[in-house]
Amino acid sequence: MNQNNASHPRRLALIASRGTLDWAYPPFILASAAAAMDWQVAVFFTFYGLPLLKKDLSAAVTPAGNPAMPMRLPFGPEGLQKIDWSANLPNLILNNVPGIDSMATSLMKKKFKQKGVASLDELREACVDLEVRMIGCQMTMDVFGFSKDEFIDECEIGGAATFLEFAADADVSLFV
Amino acid sequence: MEIKADKYLDCIGLNCPMPVVKTKKAIKDMEVGAVLEMVATDPGAIPDMQAWANQTQHELLSAEKFDGDKFRFLIKKTH
Repeated sequence: MNQNNASHPRRLALIASRGTLDWAYPPFILASAAAAMDWQVAVFFTFYGLPLLKKDLSAAVTPAGNPAMPMRLPFGPEGLQKIDWSANLPNLILNNVPGIDSMATSLMKKKFKQKGVASLDELREACVDLEVRMIGCQMTMDVFGFSKDEFIDECEIGGAATFLEFAADADVSLFV
Repeated sequence: MEIKADKYLDCIGLNCPMPVVKTKKAIKDMEVGAVLEMVATDPGAIPDMQAWANQTQHELLSAEKFDGDKFRFLIKKTH
């Protein structure tokens, strides 16, 4: 089924509103995949999604915010790797282990790498290469105290109207 | 009939969406009519490469499994 045509390339409009390691993936994956299919893509980074535009990407993940998150060791004997620690330990205990967030972040990064999943940096770089429009939310910058020079050079700054103007002609619009 | 590829792209070990991202980048620098051979291990690449070809209107000449867990795609650049 061929849907693309020269007069109107398909358009994807995304809102990235969450900045944790796990939730940062969907917008970057969808944006790069769509751009690879010759779609026009814009991503509006707002609220907690805005830090995903920072030069130094340091997204982390917390089991406390994701009670259903499976946690398996990416190394060690096979039997041990199969154990889902989050399913076997009550969240009340797991969430109060000191350093659990950095451990969960490190486990997730290791597991992703092991499974051939690109890092967020690689995916964002692919988005830049494929000319995805990345729009940082001006209002969020003001509220949380960010300045443009903290962000990658390839992004632009705008507001809701900037995004909506692009999204008005989008074939697919998603809020992440 | 064996089709000879003009360019080879290794996506072994890479997961979604890198096979389509790398295919797009590889095909960009090729001549119209040239054939790209892409090899991947991501089972999702089979439906994804079909969808990619539908959307970009490049021609997916073949998609086959080999060596047990690898997939080989031949893509012809059409425009």
